[in-house]
Parts: sequence; structure tokens; C-alpha cells
Amino acid sequence: MKPLDIQALSKNFGGLQAINNISLEIEEGERRVIIGPNGAGKTTLFHLISGFLLPSSGHVHLFGRDVTNLQAHQRAALGMARTFQVTNLFQKLTLFENILLGVQAIQSSRFCFYRRVRSFREMMGEAERLLKEWNLWEKKDVLLKNLSYGEQRQIEVIMALATKPRLLLLDEPTAGLSPAETASVTSIIKGLPREITTILIEHDMDVAFEIAEKVTVLYFGSVLADGPLAEIKGNPKVTEVYLG
Amino acid sequence: MKPAELIKGKFLLILLVVVVIMLLPSLVSNYYVGLAIQIFIMAIFAMSLDLLVGHTGLPSLGHAAYFGIAAYGAGFLYLAGMKNLWLAVFIGMGLGGLTAALFGLLALRALGAYFMLITLALSQVLWGIAFKWRSLTGGDDGLPGIGRPEMGMGIDLRSDPSFYYLTLAIFVLVFIALFILVNSPLGCALRGIRESESRMKALGYSVWLYKYLAFVFAGIFAGISGVLWVSYSGFVCPTYLGIDNSAKPLMMLILGGSGSLFGPSIGAGIIVLLENIVSGLTVRWSLILGIVYVVAIMFFSEGISSIIKRGH
Repeated sequence: MKPLDIQALSKNFGGLQAINNISLEIEEGERRVIIGPNGAGKTTLFHLISGFLLPSSGHVHLFGRDVTNLQAHQRAALGMARTFQVTNLFQKLTLFENILLGVQAIQSSRFCFYRRVRSFREMMGEAERLLKEWNLWEKKDVLLKNLSYGEQRQIEVIMALATKPRLLLLDEPTAGLSPAETASVTSIIKGLPREITTILIEHDMDVAFEIAEKVTVLYFGSVLADGPLAEIKGNPKVTEVYLG
Repeated sequence: MKPAELIKGKFLLILLVVVVIMLLPSLVSNYYVGLAIQIFIMAIFAMSLDLLVGHTGLPSLGHAAYFGIAAYGAGFLYLAGMKNLWLAVFIGMGLGGLTAALFGLLALRALGAYFMLITLALSQVLWGIAFKWRSLTGGDDGLPGIGRPEMGMGIDLRSDPSFYYLTLAIFVLVFIALFILVNSPLGCALRGIRESESRMKALGYSVWLYKYLAFVFAGIFAGISGVLWVSYSGFVCPTYLGIDNSAKPLMMLILGGSGSLFGPSIGAGIIVLLENIVSGLTVRWSLILGIVYVVAIMFFSEGISSIIKRGH
């Protein structure tokens, strides 16, 4: 059962064809990187997969199920998590509350209103474990907006992981990071367990080529090339439009 | 001051406030006991609105609908001769919750300013019905002569001190219930929605359902305040459903500070006191209130309670 199977997907914004007849299959455990120049439709493709946009035509299958008509939160509940290109976290909540909301998302007690969240030991413990694992435990009570940009980009990834996804979509996780922070986030992504199928949008070629096993190159809303890393690197079309 | 002294000072201050609240009816005249009753009732009303405004980020401009419909429900019940307070509270919570469940279906389709306008329009529909349907509601004359309900247990609610302790007890219960609610998994999710709906959806939360639940809970708690208000004043009129009564708890949140439970309560205290004291001094009291609002928004945009927090 493929984590993601996209068939003949298209998206128009008025006259603009943002995604033009894309078909894409991702195998279980794959590390796929999507590259392409600005405006190629990478983030639009993520929005279509995660349900933040509905396609003009075509189908999206997650874990063998047609989710084309499902809403974003219903798709996420199937075991998909995503991060955002522009940091999208709970700015006025503490770091701990941010992670807790990630942990809580998959619990059956997420609608409970008659018990304080603190009394859910398992959930509290899981949030604590995640923060300790990522060396952020000391900052648990800091309001998210007071954390550095680099930390916030990391928390984007941690929060997505907190929902224990089987399919992870990362939208430019290293955007705007310093070289040192980029290296740290890259190693985090490389260290993710293989059970998590990962699709990554990346602008930084060094990062892309370090993580990728297979690469999909988007160009003006279409797939220009698709294949193993070595093949893509040697592809003259890709070199022409993108790598320069 | 050293931190230890500060904590001791804070503890003594809280103790003093608690003692004053507990002994109030024997310390002041019935007039002030009446004001205190109004403050506690309005504090419940303001806290219920804060569930939407402060916690979920839904700026409702029609919260009087749930207060008013519960008030009319209790008024009809009392006039029909069923003077049991607990039954009225139960029915008021049901009416507030059901009305919110219905209005929520319509209002939650919109966002931001549109949400405000739809909540306002919906509450105005109820106001219009109460105003025009004279044979049932008495129109703008309202329903007078309702009288105080009974609560059993040998307590006579016709005495203001007894009513004061009843209101205080219900206020404390509502405060505790809301404290648990806003700190529950549901309450945390509401704050997540306030901060970022798209992130909550990406995590797998059904944002609409959470907003809807917040809307219904806010209606239920507002219903309690409406029933208490009729039970205290013995009178219902369309004003209870009007825009003024929707704006009032919003002003309490602005003045007192939203997103906490103490903020709305402090705001309720300030506004009830200002209204009553200033209106005794001048007929232009709404002008004075207006100035207070403007000053509060300019200098204490996070509410008066934020000053107290900042002090520590």
C-alpha cells in the first residue's frame, strides 16, 4: 500500500495553471525531495496533498484511500503530518503547550473538557520525552514567540513528529536558517526512522542532495524529471532549467 | 520587597479579599450587596463570552442572545407559577445551549468581521421577536412583577444577603467549571485554534467542531447568568437581548483583560460599579464610561488584570 499516490492532479487559479496533470507515486519508507524553481508549484502540490487546497481535477490517495474529497484534518488523522514554509506555530503559547497540542492531536481524549490536561500523564510524558529528545526541555515554559527563528523551524518538525505520522511532508524546513542550523535540521531529518515516509520541498541543493534518494523536479506545474538522485543530477534538462 | 515578603503580601491580600467577599452583607448596606450580586452575575456572563473571545479567538457581538433567551425562559417559568430556581437554571442552560447550537451552525460559516456581523444579526432577530410579540413578551414593557424564585433548603431568596450568597456560590461553581474547561484538552485546543487554525487542521484537529463546542458551552454558561439576572431583578425586557447587552460583556473583557478568568470578573466589577456610581453623579454617565473605555484601550490594551500580572 503506497503512502501517497497522486493521479493526473491539476490545479488552476483562474487562468493560472499552478499544477498541470501531475502523477506521482511514493513508496513506503521513501525519502523523496521535490525541487524546482520559484513558482514551480511545489507548495501548491503540498497544499493539494494535505487538503488545504482542493484540486481542479485528478485524485489524491493516501495509504490506499481516495482522500480527494476529505478535509485537511481528516487527511491528517490518517497518519499524515506536514510543516509549513512560513513558520506556523502557536506563538502566544509556551513551547510545552505547542508540543502538547501535537501529542494530543491523535489522542481520543482530545475532546475531553471535564479533566485538566495535566492529569493525562501519558500525554504529558510524551511531550516531555519529545522535548528532552530534541534538547529543548529547559525552554519548555518559554513563549514560542520568544524562541529563535532557528528553534522555531526545528519545532515545526518536532510538532509534526508528535502526531506520530507515517507520511511526513516538510515544506522547506531549512528556509532562512544559518549554515550551522541547516546542518542540524538536515541531520534531524536524516535521522528520522525509516517507517516515516518523508517528502521534502527544498531550495538548498546541498540539503536536497544529502537527504534525497529520489528527486522530483517540478517546472511550471509539471514534472520535468523524476528518478534516483544520480540520474537527476546528470539529466541535461534539469541542468538547463534549474541547476544552471 | 523580597520575593518571600511579596508572596506573603499577595497571600494576605487574597485572604483579605476573600474575607471581605464572605462578610460583605454584614459590612455594607443592601444597596451595595445588590451591586455585588450584579457584579457576580455579570462576571459569569463575561467569563462565558471570554470562552469565545479570549480563548477561541471568536469575537461574538451577539452574546446577549443566550443571556436574554434564558432570562425570558426563566421569566415565563416563574410567571407560570413554577418558582423553583434550580429548574429555572437548568432550563436556562438548556435554552442558552440550544440557541447557541442553532446560531453556531450559521455564524461559524463566517470569519472575523463577518462572524461578528452574523452573531449581531442573529441576536437582533431574537430582540425583534421579543420587542414585537407583545402578547407573549409584553413588548418593550417587558414582563414585570416576576418576583424572586425559591430554592428550598429553608433559604428565603427575597432577602438580598441570601441572594448574594446564592449568587456567590454559583459564581464559584461556574468559575471552577470554566477553570477545568479552559485547562482541559478541549480548552488547550481552543487556544491552539485562536493562535493558528491552519496549524490545528494540519495536526488533525476538527477546527469547526471545536469552535462549535466552544460556542455551545459559551451559550450554556451565559444562560446561567440570564436566569440569575431575572431571578434577582424580577423583570425581563427586550434590552436583555439587545446590542447594549452584547457589548457590555465585551467591554468587560476589554477593560479587565481576556484569555483568563480573573480578567472578565475584574472587568465586570469595574463596569457595574462605574455604571451605578457615575450614573448617580451625572446624567451624562455614558460619556464618562466612553472616556474610560478609550483610555483603557489606549493604555491597557491587555486589560486591567495585566497590570496586576505585570506587578509580579
